[in-house]
Amino acid sequence: MSELKLKDLYDGFRDPKAIKALKKLIDEESLKLPRKINVMEVCGGHTHTIMKYGLNQLMPKNIEFIHGPGCPVCVMPKERIDHAYILSLQDDVILVTLGDMIKVPGSNGSLQDARSKGADVRFVYSPLDTIKIALENPTKKIIFFAIGFETTTPMTAALLEHVTKNKIENILFHINHITVPEPMRVLLESDDCKIDAFIGPSHVSVITGSKIYEEFVKNYNKPVVVAGFEPVDVMQSILALTKQFNEQRCELEIEYSRAVSYDGNLAAQRLNDKYFTRATHFRWRGLGDIPDSALRLKDEYSYLDAEIIYKDILPNKKIDDHKLCICGDIMRGVAKPNDCKVFGTACKPSSPLGSCMVSSEGACSAYYKYGNLL
Amino acid sequence: MCLSIPSKITSIDEKNNIATVDTMGVERQASLDLIDQEVKVGDYVLIHIGFAMNKIDEEDALASLEVYREIIEKMEEDDRRQAILEDDACANRA
Repeated sequence: MSELKLKDLYDGFRDPKAIKALKKLIDEESLKLPRKINVMEVCGGHTHTIMKYGLNQLMPKNIEFIHGPGCPVCVMPKERIDHAYILSLQDDVILVTLGDMIKVPGSNGSLQDARSKGADVRFVYSPLDTIKIALENPTKKIIFFAIGFETTTPMTAALLEHVTKNKIENILFHINHITVPEPMRVLLESDDCKIDAFIGPSHVSVITGSKIYEEFVKNYNKPVVVAGFEPVDVMQSILALTKQFNEQRCELEIEYSRAVSYDGNLAAQRLNDKYFTRATHFRWRGLGDIPDSALRLKDEYSYLDAEIIYKDILPNKKIDDHKLCICGDIMRGVAKPNDCKVFGTACKPSSPLGSCMVSSEGACSAYYKYGNLL
Repeated sequence: MCLSIPSKITSIDEKNNIATVDTMGVERQASLDLIDQEVKVGDYVLIHIGFAMNKIDEEDALASLEVYREIIEKMEEDDRRQAILEDDACANRA
């Protein structure tokens, strides 16, 4: 076998010829389908790939994508963003978070707006950059506002490990880590569920392993194929799902086997288990309250928990989405972004009203940007 | 948010558990805190927000690429055959 080059890992999985060849195979396989199938790509990264490469337009008429809720910035409720906003405006606080959070609007504005009011907000590439900020600002409290699905949780745990081991005393945490299976379950159990199969997230699965999707195959009779993020990965996964329907199989498959195993990254899972436990609930923007769908710091680390330390100034009142926004319906697969009255008019990436327009991984934002609305 | 990028390890700082990686010509640092398997210079890893998440299975990646190459070749062969058949059936040929 020839030697792998880094270029292969990029170009090889974006090859237009391979996309075209797979389209042909999907078309042939789709002729045998007994009925139309709706495939939910759970992860916003896949939504982005599908829209960027126009894969939705390469599908035959009886295979349709439903865009799922896997965009952590999109599903962050306004009351949590308000927490970040309020914390950042404290005199002795530097709020640190990942760049995706810059423009996400809470009820008072975004972190960018807080900055323009004098707040010290730093957007970092890596959670570990927080350590340098803490060492350079010993008189300040550095609050790491942690976001993301299972993909980013171990990176926050790694920062916690550095903080506790090296006794760094001026770093605190505000945890907003959420998990994938719980919203999938909620979607499957909703009355108007249209989902026939899932494309499983890529990098969530690198950490968790594909084992977290077993229940969907066994208990809900929905095939799952864990796919990589490149267009060829997605096409290959659609072909695999279509074959499952035609062969009357319902299985969990890993298309992204170059990076995903059944058990996942056990070191990362151990680190998560050391610091985190389940939060009783998390109110997802667009989907509502989902019990046990988020993580919080374990009680023994409550001395690092900004939510507990600053509880007197952090409101917990529910803040609903804009009345006209139909993101909830879009994430349940019963509507498309262009069905929304305010799509592209009152709601745009530069001034989002609803959750799916907030980040480039949100379905509305991807539709707006790539505009392939055939 | 969730896009991890394939990169190649070019050197390892064992004291700080940090790898220097090449991401399509861009040199960056990535923590190895989440890696408990053996990694060495020349290995491919997925990088996400400053951390290596895992090692990419080279044999598996090559096997996938080989499958795609075969699919493409088969399609091109089918297209050629189709073109010949269409040519044979050409009504305008003298």
